Amino acid sequence: MNIEILGITVLWVFLFGYILIGAIDFGAGFFNAYSLFTGRQRILTNVIQRYLSPVWEVTNVFLVFFFVGIIGFFPKTAFYYGTTLLVPVSFAIILLAVRGSYYAFETYGARGHKGYSFAYGSTGLLLPASLSIVLTISEGGFIEIVNGQPVLDYWKLFTSPLTWSIVVLSIAATLYISSAFLTWYANKAGDHEATHLLRKYALIWAFPTIIAAGGIIFELRKHNPLHYESIQTFWPLFLISLVLFLGTVYLIWRQRHYGVAFSLLIGQFVFAFFGYGASHYPYLLYPYLTIYDSFTNQAMAVALIIAFICGLLLLIPSLYLLLRMFLFNKEYVKGNENHHA
Amino acid sequence: MDPVLYSRILTELTLSFHIIYATIGVGVPLMIMLAQWVGIKKNDEHYILLARRWARGFVITVAVGVVTGTAIGLQLSLLWPNFMELAGNVIALPLFMETFAFFFEAIFLGIYLYTWDRFENQKKHFLLLIPVALGASFSAVFITIVNAFMNAPQGFNLVNGELINVNPLVAMFNPAMPTKVAHVVGTAYMTSAFLLAAIAAFRLLRGSNHVYHKKALYLTLKVGFIFSVSAVLVGDLSGKYLAEYQPEKLAAAEWHFETEENAPLILYGVLDDGEVKYAIKIPYALSILAHGSLSAEVVGLDQFPEEDIPPLYIHYLFDIMVTIGMTLMMLSAIYWIGMWRRWSFVESRLFRWLIVAGGPLVFISLEAGWWLAEVGRQPWILRNIMRTSEGATTSGQVPTMLVLFALLYLVLGVGSVVVLRRMFIRNPVEQEIKDRQQERGGDIR
Repeated sequence: MNIEILGITVLWVFLFGYILIGAIDFGAGFFNAYSLFTGRQRILTNVIQRYLSPVWEVTNVFLVFFFVGIIGFFPKTAFYYGTTLLVPVSFAIILLAVRGSYYAFETYGARGHKGYSFAYGSTGLLLPASLSIVLTISEGGFIEIVNGQPVLDYWKLFTSPLTWSIVVLSIAATLYISSAFLTWYANKAGDHEATHLLRKYALIWAFPTIIAAGGIIFELRKHNPLHYESIQTFWPLFLISLVLFLGTVYLIWRQRHYGVAFSLLIGQFVFAFFGYGASHYPYLLYPYLTIYDSFTNQAMAVALIIAFICGLLLLIPSLYLLLRMFLFNKEYVKGNENHHA
Repeated sequence: MDPVLYSRILTELTLSFHIIYATIGVGVPLMIMLAQWVGIKKNDEHYILLARRWARGFVITVAVGVVTGTAIGLQLSLLWPNFMELAGNVIALPLFMETFAFFFEAIFLGIYLYTWDRFENQKKHFLLLIPVALGASFSAVFITIVNAFMNAPQGFNLVNGELINVNPLVAMFNPAMPTKVAHVVGTAYMTSAFLLAAIAAFRLLRGSNHVYHKKALYLTLKVGFIFSVSAVLVGDLSGKYLAEYQPEKLAAAEWHFETEENAPLILYGVLDDGEVKYAIKIPYALSILAHGSLSAEVVGLDQFPEEDIPPLYIHYLFDIMVTIGMTLMMLSAIYWIGMWRRWSFVESRLFRWLIVAGGPLVFISLEAGWWLAEVGRQPWILRNIMRTSEGATTSGQVPTMLVLFALLYLVLGVGSVVVLRRMFIRNPVEQEIKDRQQERGGDIR
């Protein structure tokens, strides 16, 4: 394994972390707002807020880590993506800003405020969609070099079926991941009513997720044959992902082993996400940028990796402590303790 | 529509807004720590409650700080792609380390907030705050290192546009770094202290005569005094750094046009057709500030080509920053001595109004300081390496984004103030003390 692959793998792991906990987070925010408007808040709000509260800021750091890391390891991405993504990423920042701050406003300053809940619930759902545009653009075909400057073709981007398949996938997957997780969490909290409702949501959102995912592979055949070919060589990974998906749906449908079901779901996304990433190799942006021609100098690469290892030594025990105190603490999950400032 | 100009305006807007919340985010954890520590040591519930209520307000400001920090982090690449490509190669290390510091802070802040009264031993809860404060301060240290690098880039060679001999550590430990880091972190503590002091003074003026607020005022002004002294000392060292490494920035800020010995320091005044009018001239003071000696020669603007000289209006920013900093130092010193010698006027309404005024003033000083730092580096984004105009994006959409972000900051700014007011007005401290008294069977007054 060379240092370029090591760099992109680290970043890919953190992006996966963001997608997973971000999805749980954003989906939970959406279900919370939805329940407020449909009069189901009595059932859902408690369990959702108990999960969300101590972790929201951590979610955001995963994203920051990813984009700071990619500029560090692959500085040329700043030029290509920075120039072209001004509009889509600015929209994402605005959604993220509203989502993050209004979440805090509602949770710490105005519990149960409908306007605030709606603000963060809806922006949270749109955020994955707007961020997913970056993945679409990375497939190539939307950026042209004009006078030495990369330029994004918006018309082509927003009329492409690939774009919309990825948007649908991002929204469906957010709701699917989130509801599957919360089903398990609610069950652990012994809240049967909430478990029942969230289980229903999980089953509803499972199929749009898998259909959109299949649709993307189909679209790629036309849009980026090179990538499509590469995906085919990784077919076992995608097959495993599909099997794990079926396993999750089966367990949730039969109302048993929600914890196992959610682990299978993580597996499903690990295989699909890393299969996708591996098949994207070596391109960061088709066809202009690969991980090799954009890589930083050796001195910086080594420094970043050393910093990364030292950072992990600090982070892993801290994250473990966080999970142990809240996610795996029965008393906290059940809501028997309230020690908020 | 000039993308360079609009990129500059948007960056300035984002930074000016972010820096308010970021500074609170760096400084307030220290204040919470001090209050909680004093509370535990003295077994005084008021200080513990102070820590608790500050922590509650802090969460709101942290949320806005985090999201606007994410915004500026991304905007650096969106608006300055050419600069970031170069910077990514040389100064990515502290940027990367900053995310770890921030990560560390985020995790422990989550734990700290949700574990009040969970431990038998209060010291355990206090310990959770240490990583929060450390993470916050180190975020500031690392990000300021990046800014220092823009002023004094080193640790690489540019040969025919190719970067060679990159050394990330040399880039980090550049000559601008020690004074800049010390100044940013120290003034963050100072700013937070004067902000919290202003709130306490305001509550005292508005009818509440509770000893809780008096304790808050005493603690915050003490800390405010210490860090305003540190700001003055570091400011002196910054002058010496500038004289040595960025003489054009110092000369522009001080309106020092001719290179000369025994240079006087110009305070205030206006510039009329190249003539300085109505200024106060302190003899020899610039020579002392720049080189620590009465007679030292100070390089003037005459040594630089026109196109390399920063805008001269930064002198006004310098005046604002220094005047407010000095005033607040005096104010807190008088309060401190007054409390000690039992001068009654430091507890008068007038004096308290002055402390209240210190709240907004300290933020004006903060903004002036950052504008001075950034405008004073012009026309460079990376001094002597890359001009600001060369670093900017070529996209034509920047003006539209400027409007959108201005609206966003309006929503976040108003939103955070509304929520903070609502939080504290609905739950005044008198009520909370009463509630806790009932809970515990009355061991606090």
